[in-house]
Amino acid sequence: MATQFEVNGRKVSVNVQPRMTLADCLRHELKLTGTHVACEHGVCGACTVIMDGEAVRSCLTLAVQAENSKIVTVEGLSPAEGLSPLQQAFKHHHALQCGFCTPGMLTTLHALLSQEPNATEERIRDVISGNICRCTGYVTIVEAALDARSAYQAGSEKA
Amino acid sequence: MKLPDFEYRAPDTLAEAVVLLASSEGARPLAGGQSFLPIMAFRLAEPTMLVDLKKIQELRGIQVSEQGVRIGAMTRWREILDDPRLKAAIPLLPEAIEHVAHYQVRNRGTIGGSLAHADPAAEMPAVALALDAQIEAMGPKGRRMIAAQDLFVGPLMTSLETDEIIVAVHIPAGPSNRRYGFQEFSRRRGDFALAGIALSYDQDAQGRAANIRIAAFSIADTPVRLKAAEAILNGKIVDASTIAAAAAAASGEVDPAGDIHASARYRKALVGTMLTRALERAAADAR
Repeated sequence: MATQFEVNGRKVSVNVQPRMTLADCLRHELKLTGTHVACEHGVCGACTVIMDGEAVRSCLTLAVQAENSKIVTVEGLSPAEGLSPLQQAFKHHHALQCGFCTPGMLTTLHALLSQEPNATEERIRDVISGNICRCTGYVTIVEAALDARSAYQAGSEKA
Repeated sequence: MKLPDFEYRAPDTLAEAVVLLASSEGARPLAGGQSFLPIMAFRLAEPTMLVDLKKIQELRGIQVSEQGVRIGAMTRWREILDDPRLKAAIPLLPEAIEHVAHYQVRNRGTIGGSLAHADPAAEMPAVALALDAQIEAMGPKGRRMIAAQDLFVGPLMTSLETDEIIVAVHIPAGPSNRRYGFQEFSRRRGDFALAGIALSYDQDAQGRAANIRIAAFSIADTPVRLKAAEAILNGKIVDASTIAAAAAAASGEVDPAGDIHASARYRKALVGTMLTRALERAAADAR
């Protein structure tokens, strides 16, 4: 099926089978391999992308369902040069080790902090409970998210 | 884990969706897809056609009136949590929904989809039972109302016909002295519960409980009312001694299966503990 949507500010048109998930479409059709795929049934959160401003699991969304929507993947978070404030905070706090969960963590937290720039530590922990990380123990990820809040509070970062 | 092949349709109206569902035996409606796509990945469902309900305006929206609330079937968990009117009208609803899956899933999962999916471990079917909800469904023969207690017939099985679509959930308003309680236990918050309780009752001027409805979930093929525990509490003051008696009755009246997550004995005990905590919260809640 011919399907059109926007990815990271760019209009795209793909011709996919209805059974193709948005995650596979992003990776295989659009070569945006920053979106990671692990469990493929909505448990791990690695494939999280931002759809019309909200964090969603791209393995539980069909590519054809993305018709006319605006998708932001981890590739879309970075400015032309360097890192976004959230990415910079991840680097500063060593909020990743193997990095497999990191795209899902970044997209989830970017969507959250864009909507709730004053999110508490408890709220952040609750939200990323839907993203499995087996390296960090989450402590440094939470620290990075708390640290990045100031950029969202100042309004310089938006989903 | 790739999905089986199917035809995809996204009609604009409810009438078109009903026609599409009736047109093919293997056609199934698609709401948020947060439970249905995984079971397709596992080949527990292999529909030949998915009828996506996302464009149908009639399935959206939340109405709050003196009679109660009507929530369109395609209303997402996120929208229910964000609606302050629902928090005031039926506090049990947001309290339970905070336990539904995780952040990303609550952005797409829908109330109608959860009820039609009828997972025995899910929160919403039990909440519908505890709130005496009515499910409005539409099919080729027209509209009908189904009481929550008549909707769930087995694990992932409902009394809906294959060409019927849930249109809305109607929850009657309770009196101002209605109390609510919700508790569940899961290994990780957001995961399916090992056992859980949703309940409501009305507290009269003397502090006695009436019209109590206790629904337990994740302990049988469907959510179930705990009639023995209800019988102990109806007409009594909810205090430490009646709570203890009700919890013992609850553990005794359920017959859960054991699995890799929890043994049957553990689940029986857990039902009593969850009921105790839910009743303690409800009794302490002086709204």
